[in-house]
Amino acid sequence: MKSLILHTATRLMIGIMILFSLFLFFRGHDEPGGGFIGGLVGAGAFTLYAIAFGTEATRKVLRVNPITLISIGLLSLVVSGLIPMFVAEPFLTGKWLFIEWGAVDTKLSTPLIFDIGVYLCVVGFIVTVIFSLEEE
Amino acid sequence: MNGMLVLPIAIPLITATLALLFRKSSYLQRLFGLLGMGALLVSVILIFRDVQADGIQVLQLGNWAAPFGITLVVDMLAMLMIGITAIMGVVIAIYSIYDIDREREQFGYYPLLHILVMGVNGSFLTGDIFNLYVWFEVMLIASFILLALGNSKNQLQGALKYVFINLFSSLVFLFGVAMLYGMTGTLNMADLAVRLPEVENTGLVTTVAMIFMVSFGIKAAVFPLFFWLPASYHTPPVAISAIFGGLLTKVGVYALIRVFTLLFTHDTGYTHTILLWVGGFTMVIGVLGAASHVEFRKILSFHIVSQIGYMIMGLAFNTAMGIMGAIFYVLHNILAKSNLFLISGIAQRLLGTFELKKMGGLYKHYPFLAVMFLISAFALAGFPPLSGFWAKLSLVKAGLSIELYVITGVAILVGLLTLFSMTKIWLSAFWGAVPEEVPDHFGKQPLFGAGGLHILMIPVMIIAGLIILVGLNAQPLLELCMTAAEQLLNPSVYIEAVLGPQ
Repeated sequence: MKSLILHTATRLMIGIMILFSLFLFFRGHDEPGGGFIGGLVGAGAFTLYAIAFGTEATRKVLRVNPITLISIGLLSLVVSGLIPMFVAEPFLTGKWLFIEWGAVDTKLSTPLIFDIGVYLCVVGFIVTVIFSLEEE
Repeated sequence: MNGMLVLPIAIPLITATLALLFRKSSYLQRLFGLLGMGALLVSVILIFRDVQADGIQVLQLGNWAAPFGITLVVDMLAMLMIGITAIMGVVIAIYSIYDIDREREQFGYYPLLHILVMGVNGSFLTGDIFNLYVWFEVMLIASFILLALGNSKNQLQGALKYVFINLFSSLVFLFGVAMLYGMTGTLNMADLAVRLPEVENTGLVTTVAMIFMVSFGIKAAVFPLFFWLPASYHTPPVAISAIFGGLLTKVGVYALIRVFTLLFTHDTGYTHTILLWVGGFTMVIGVLGAASHVEFRKILSFHIVSQIGYMIMGLAFNTAMGIMGAIFYVLHNILAKSNLFLISGIAQRLLGTFELKKMGGLYKHYPFLAVMFLISAFALAGFPPLSGFWAKLSLVKAGLSIELYVITGVAILVGLLTLFSMTKIWLSAFWGAVPEEVPDHFGKQPLFGAGGLHILMIPVMIIAGLIILVGLNAQPLLELCMTAAEQLLNPSVYIEAVLGPQ
């Protein structure tokens, strides 16, 4: 779409939207948010870009094919489930790793990997759909 | 706890993602297809050893104890079903190498095939009724796309009917699950089996039982809910037809067997009598439909319906012998039916058509293919010493032992009619004169050697070998089916395995 307002706004918006989607994603760890809603907002950013600059340009910005995103997402879902099996616990059991950095501590876990998978699947899926609708 | 139980679900999922990741390369997709199905078979064999040694195997996913988490349960019935699924998976993966064109490969045939297998395995493994619904959806979504992939008018027509009727069936299923949850407050099947007898309103329980019968009946394609099946199964490529015709309807049968032995046993006089009538009509109507058609795959599709009737009949007998017969019938039928589909695909490649009127001369030019067809067709009709004979024999014996002479007579008669329509295919496609218009390669292209037909013949020979093997040495499999039937008729073993000692 050729619109100066849209082009300018999109350039400003896209970074904020992606940051916001990551914020939602990490917030989902303990509070409302998470991979699904974060993925939706992230996909929204690329959709906006696709409307403003066309799918060709969006593919360049995205760098990877959205279908590849889906498959990597699915793969991390499986991996997060398989990790506990190496310590003889059932598939999908949540395993946690607490790292203390003095003042702040970091919590790493298999649900985080699962959530990254969800995020990637949602972004990949929606962008694939938008691309194929736009390119029809 | 047995951590391996998740493998029949996880392996196809991993294979599907890898196939999706390398979707540009046909070679890698095929390779992953073969390796994935092979790994699935290995994992199933490992699980089988445990089931054989220690009885029912249970896995509480995510370490959430039943009835709160989702439980995977492998009793002998589920074991046999995932076993046959793995075998079919390997066979179809080989057949697909030559049968599926590059365009379908590019549009995600392999990922979908593995997702389909994952859905089928999930349905067999799960011990949670809502989770069963989810697996049905996984399976259906994959099958919708597999049916429509290729975009021909004919295919879309078939897929549309399939999608609508199956979505309706899912909706009915969901209603049933909601009502069950409302009555008992649980979704775990073992827990449901404990709580359902305590429900005072038995009329409502029977209603829910009928809702489930309708929903699974649509999926299993029983009378009078089978019309979608012959309308759609003859449209996609043969490899897809074969896995649909072999496996998908049997998931419905499996679900029927599961709920009508574990959950709804309070009023067998009512529910199982209806099942008996349904089984009888399904057999007769299916075989009559087959007799009236002249398209290779349509005949086979109607036969699926007819054969489902036998399985429902065995379930309706509600005796160890009857259920054993039904389970054996499911296994035998998956082999025989898929093989006939696979053979129809080879015949179509040679003659360029599925119309029996335009086929002929296969026996003269390809006697080996004819022998393969004869083995599968005779097995389907129940000739000794092939697998179908034992399946029919145990059902007939079960029927006679509880003095249901009429339905047993019908079952035998339907066997004869099955033979009639198999003979129809044989007479025209195999014994008939070579038609005037045949593709140039007919009669010249060898089955083994140049041209790649041998890739299609390998699966056919594997299945034919299994049919003969089961036929000549039926005892081990019959014993396994008997174990499965005894476990089903004694739900306390299942309940105890899932929920712990009561």
